Amino acid sequence: MTIPSTEFWAALKSRGFGFFAGVPDSTFGPAYNDLLNDTEIKYVPAVREDVALGVVSAAALSGKNGAVVMQNSGVGNIINPLTSFNLLYKVPALLIIGWRGFGGPPNDAPEHWIMGVKTPEMLSTLDMPVEQLEVEDWEATLDRLLTEIQEQSVPGALLVRAGLLS
Amino acid sequence: MIARSKAIESILEQLDDETAVLSTTGMITREVYAAKDRPGNFYMIGSMGLTSSVALGVSLLNPERETVILEGDGSALMSMGTLALIASETPANLIHVILDNESYESTGAQPTISSQIALDDIASAAGYQSVHRVDDDEGIKTEIAACKTSPGPHLILVKCSIAPVPGIGRVDLTAVEIRDRFSAHLG
Repeated sequence: MTIPSTEFWAALKSRGFGFFAGVPDSTFGPAYNDLLNDTEIKYVPAVREDVALGVVSAAALSGKNGAVVMQNSGVGNIINPLTSFNLLYKVPALLIIGWRGFGGPPNDAPEHWIMGVKTPEMLSTLDMPVEQLEVEDWEATLDRLLTEIQEQSVPGALLVRAGLLS
Repeated sequence: MIARSKAIESILEQLDDETAVLSTTGMITREVYAAKDRPGNFYMIGSMGLTSSVALGVSLLNPERETVILEGDGSALMSMGTLALIASETPANLIHVILDNESYESTGAQPTISSQIALDDIASAAGYQSVHRVDDDEGIKTEIAACKTSPGPHLILVKCSIAPVPGIGRVDLTAVEIRDRFSAHLG
């Protein structure tokens, strides 16, 4: 069982997300190309994850919804903007993060082992809402996260394991 | 060479009230606040290097609104990838000003590498629609006026002197107040 990519992006579009920026991750597989090819979505191919977060943060400042798509190896790159911009100014954004190295060694390539284990902890230590995408009840999970993002007016992360989106 | 605080005053004098101005962390934001606090100002009090990314997003999402980045050479060097991204996204309404005093003045004027690196040449190679180098009040006025009447993104490199403003204050707004006022301005 997987979540069809088109349904995933359609669910985000129906919730007002039309502005995306990111750095690609193979976790998303062909679903990433569906995002790039969607004519109803503006996608900015940011050069780094912090740049993606900065670009997308302009959506909240402009009264719109914005989302970053990235790999968890880039979590380190967004700590500074999170701590001294988004969390300080209360500027929300949805972070859709591909979870390489899920479960730790020997899963995935060695460069993902440490961050694979530490990803949820690194995000939750900043008191950000974090949810894991599962096939079951995925729209309810998304809505729960979006509600938390809106109520707290902060970024929130949706962790996506390889093979979930098709 | 013009003092940076004077360059900031000169730039702000040239801008319409509607224009969104996003300024980088440190002394530049404090000098902008001291020179002319206005609802269209977004003061980035932290996150060095991030202002240009946020401004790019603002310019893309608000294509009818002139958007100006005010950052230093240290900030521009830190986020040189964003410079390339701005060039590739070609926001016509964006004017990117780098106030280049060849130093990290906010932390004690330690030297940056911009004395050896021509940031205007880099912007030109990246594909900015126009690139200008100025070092005085007249040059600033001329080039801002030119940038306002042609499609960007534009880059203005202002070579300025290290001239700290004695007793300059901090921004007397909370981060959330800065956010709310700027958002309301974008409407």
